[in-house]
Amino acid sequence: MELLARAGEQGADPNALLAAVPYCAWLGLFARIEDGALILDMPFDPKLIGNPVLPALHGGVVGSLLETAALVQTIWETGAATVPRPVDITIDYLRSARALTSHARGFIVRQGRRVVAARAEMWQEDAAKPVASFRGHFLLG
Amino acid sequence: MNEPAEFWRTAMRKGMGDTAFLRALGGILEGYAEGRGRIRLPFQPFLVGNPDTGVIHGGVLTALLDQACGMAVGSALRMPAMIATLDLRIDYMKPAQPETDLIIESECLKIAHEVAFTRGYAFQTTRDDPVAIATATFMLTPLDALAQMEKR
Repeated sequence: MELLARAGEQGADPNALLAAVPYCAWLGLFARIEDGALILDMPFDPKLIGNPVLPALHGGVVGSLLETAALVQTIWETGAATVPRPVDITIDYLRSARALTSHARGFIVRQGRRVVAARAEMWQEDAAKPVASFRGHFLLG
Repeated sequence: MNEPAEFWRTAMRKGMGDTAFLRALGGILEGYAEGRGRIRLPFQPFLVGNPDTGVIHGGVLTALLDQACGMAVGSALRMPAMIATLDLRIDYMKPAQPETDLIIESECLKIAHEVAFTRGYAFQTTRDDPVAIATATFMLTPLDALAQMEKR
């Protein structure tokens, strides 16, 4: 995919990649660069609710944001020409995700020739209070 | 009546799975009883995570497996409790076929004092040929304990 090839280039706009992925566009994800770090933002929307009493975002919404942050970071750093495929993922839910804008940042833990070990963190108002953390492996190519 | 208790009763009646997000994804609750749950997700173009292949986003599977496992816990509970996901691991066994419905089945393996253990299976043909398998653990908070916490 040409978009993906461009997304891996230096200074490329990761929003072009997010806009090209239907599910990411539907979730309302945006990317921004802050001090050289790629951060995803997800504004609150009522459709994202999983527990109306608290109210809290659905665990799957949290997982979707984290997996996307890890994946976009991997594409951004490796310049992958195809979308890396998840092999396994683990999400730790640390606090309830409230009806607020959420943020996530991905990190490559180790890049091998065929597989990348990645992690991601999600937070809301306070970056020092993570809402959930993610780790997983993605196959390249 | 307090709000959590009313929520729990409504959630139980509706199958614990009538969440805004599942409705938004287009998921259909097909079964829910005795520690098991079943959801069908009809394919829709907005679920796609890889525009080259048409394969749905992994996060969609995460959402369905989380929900189905939580439902399995809900249907196994003997006392009203809030159910919160503690951790969720998913093994992606093979890519989902594009433009094909997904079925999620879940089972609650054990309800301990404060924690429940579950498995979830996502497949398109039979459960023996899964797209993904999940292991999820949930924290249980009895509603009377929740009311105590809110008072403090």
